[in-house]
Amino acid sequence: MKYIRSFALFWWNFIVGDDWRVAAGLAVALGLTYLLTHEGVNAWWLLPVAIVLLLAGSLWRETRRAS
Amino acid sequence: MSTSTVLVILGTFLASAVEMVEALTIVLGVGIVRGWRSTLIGVGAALIVLAALVAALGPALSVVPIETLRLIVGALLLAFGLQWLRKAILRSSGYTPLHDEDAAFRRHREEAAKAGRDERAGLDWYSFTVAFKGVLLEGLEVVFIVISFGSAQNKIGLAAAGAAAAFVLVVGAGVLARGPLEQVPENTIKYAVGLLLTSFGCFWGAEGAGVDWPGDELSLLGVIAFIGASSFMLVRVLRRRRVAPAPVEAPA
Repeated sequence: MKYIRSFALFWWNFIVGDDWRVAAGLAVALGLTYLLTHEGVNAWWLLPVAIVLLLAGSLWRETRRAS
Repeated sequence: MSTSTVLVILGTFLASAVEMVEALTIVLGVGIVRGWRSTLIGVGAALIVLAALVAALGPALSVVPIETLRLIVGALLLAFGLQWLRKAILRSSGYTPLHDEDAAFRRHREEAAKAGRDERAGLDWYSFTVAFKGVLLEGLEVVFIVISFGSAQNKIGLAAAGAAAAFVLVVGAGVLARGPLEQVPENTIKYAVGLLLTSFGCFWGAEGAGVDWPGDELSLLGVIAFIGASSFMLVRVLRRRRVAPAPVEAPA
């Protein structure tokens, strides 16, 4: 059981890391991109904008905690 | 050679170099204090596990359709790359201390000196496990980057060549220096790697989701420029915010 927990924790830290909201936001942004492109909208701009917004939000939360 | 090919080689080279510098610091810290035999056997065992992983995963990924692969790889690279970029921005803006390879080396040496002697199967178990875990964990990130970059671009060989070049360079420099590579601008490289991983993740993730990038592969440079410029702006804003004096409360 201990090894399964450490294995799961390793992958969680590896992929999700310190801020789960960023990973969740990325999943939503990718999902929206998929839906829009399959509805005929070439939403190439969505993911770069989402990345910057998610990054800024995560940094804002982290630095507000630190200061 | 296309833009994305050059960036794949550069990305795997830089990312692998950073991880290998960290693994080298662990191996040197243990090997110098406790001897090389068990330490190097630990390194060898970890390399065998990593090679087996590449041998198993590489061919398995070739049967996945390229669009699906790009979507999965893009999502994973995005999540992974944004962690690197986030940490690099926090370090550059002064909110997190810079990674100090020399301090890490001293810490590993002290821990290795304090640890008791536990002989198993003719091996110093501490040296073996620390070297094995260090190389395996840092190596897993290298394997992940090589496989994801290589498979999404259908250029595993070139991605592996980038990592191999980093291995030769880091191990060669470590043998020559006989110490941790503290002169390597690790934080700057980590920033660049975070930027490349995130940009590739964005490019492939969106492509896997069905997007047609304007300008095709050339738009990858645009993505790097956009995320790079935005992250530099975030560093500047955070730096200013960090040094700004706290607001003085007006007297009642």
